[in-house]
Amino acid sequence: MEIKVLGPGCANCQTMEEMTKTAVQELGLSASVEKVTDIAEIARHGILTTPGLIVNGKIKHSGKPLPTLEKVKELIGSEV
Amino acid sequence: MKSFAHYVVYSVLNLQEGSRLADAVEFFIYDTIKIFFLLALIIFVISILRSYFPPERTKRILSHKKEFIGNILAAFLGVATPFCSCSAVPLFIGFVEAGIPIGVTFSFLIASPMVNEVAVVLLWGMFGWKIALLYIAAGLSIAIIGGIIIGKLKVEKWVEEYVFKIQSLQIQQDTARQQFRERLVSARAGTVDILKRVWLFVVIAIGIGGFIHGYVPQDFLARYAGADNPFAVPVAVAMGVPLYSNAAGVIPIVYALMEKGMSLGSVLAFMMAVTALSLPEMIILRKVLKLQLIGVFVGIMTMAIIAVGYLFNMIL
Repeated sequence: MEIKVLGPGCANCQTMEEMTKTAVQELGLSASVEKVTDIAEIARHGILTTPGLIVNGKIKHSGKPLPTLEKVKELIGSEV
Repeated sequence: MKSFAHYVVYSVLNLQEGSRLADAVEFFIYDTIKIFFLLALIIFVISILRSYFPPERTKRILSHKKEFIGNILAAFLGVATPFCSCSAVPLFIGFVEAGIPIGVTFSFLIASPMVNEVAVVLLWGMFGWKIALLYIAAGLSIAIIGGIIIGKLKVEKWVEEYVFKIQSLQIQQDTARQQFRERLVSARAGTVDILKRVWLFVVIAIGIGGFIHGYVPQDFLARYAGADNPFAVPVAVAMGVPLYSNAAGVIPIVYALMEKGMSLGSVLAFMMAVTALSLPEMIILRKVLKLQLIGVFVGIMTMAIIAVGYLFNMIL
């Protein structure tokens, strides 16, 4: 399972990364969470507003307001 | 609400009827309740509306549009689409890649920080709806005209080359359509989030307003910065450009300046210069724009804001 959190490092992006890691843990998955911080690379992934969440090559979320932890679990869970 | 403020001032705090302190405190309580009520309501409604205009949709709409019509649409969509300045670069790249003209992209990027919902509410609550509408109209006009001029200048050569070479990965969008209930929940979360960030500035603004209302003579600044002084607008803008703050942070200063007799045009020009032209955003945009284009951008914005200041001083 491939999970990417995309964001240049603003406060929201860090929250998103932590939430994603918590979600993975609570779901009991062994997926690693990759952080993409390079802006050109973020844009190349088709993310227009940060933070973005990509699971198995599909954009699951982008921008503000951030999803709740429950929602993140749901987004990741739908790809298991 | 008025009678509640009256009750607190005279029955709970037991202040002397008609004293300056009583006036100031009553004004403060009344305005605080009124403005927070307006803020919560309007931010909530706007958050729901915005959830229907994610940037991906805006990009799709704008990618089929020519210049001019595109600029006008982009300015309106810039107001409707939520994003923070840290997303300016990915948005810029995404728009350019979708074939949206540079000038249209700029109209979009200018409109968003220019027309800010917190500023609109505060202007409405403190100075009335006409001034709030004027502020929106001025912000949209600057975004449209600024974008058209930048488009005419053929500035593509001043965009970093790599922007045009980016090949996107064509990643599938799997963000499901939200149910209305979900929109409500996330709009409520967004409203709480914004209120948390701005409440202190708003209280300070109202506090300054209440204080000045009771104590400082109204024409304190009018002698130096009234509408009849031709240098008031450029000086206000020159002071505002190096300063950077969000719209809520600048409102206390705006309120103080205005209460002391600075003309509305100069005050609005100052506010737009502070919120729309910021060094942090220029540094972020430097990743995709060469210095020449950033210079052109700042120059056009400064001129446009000064023009709006003069216009308001003339008609009001």
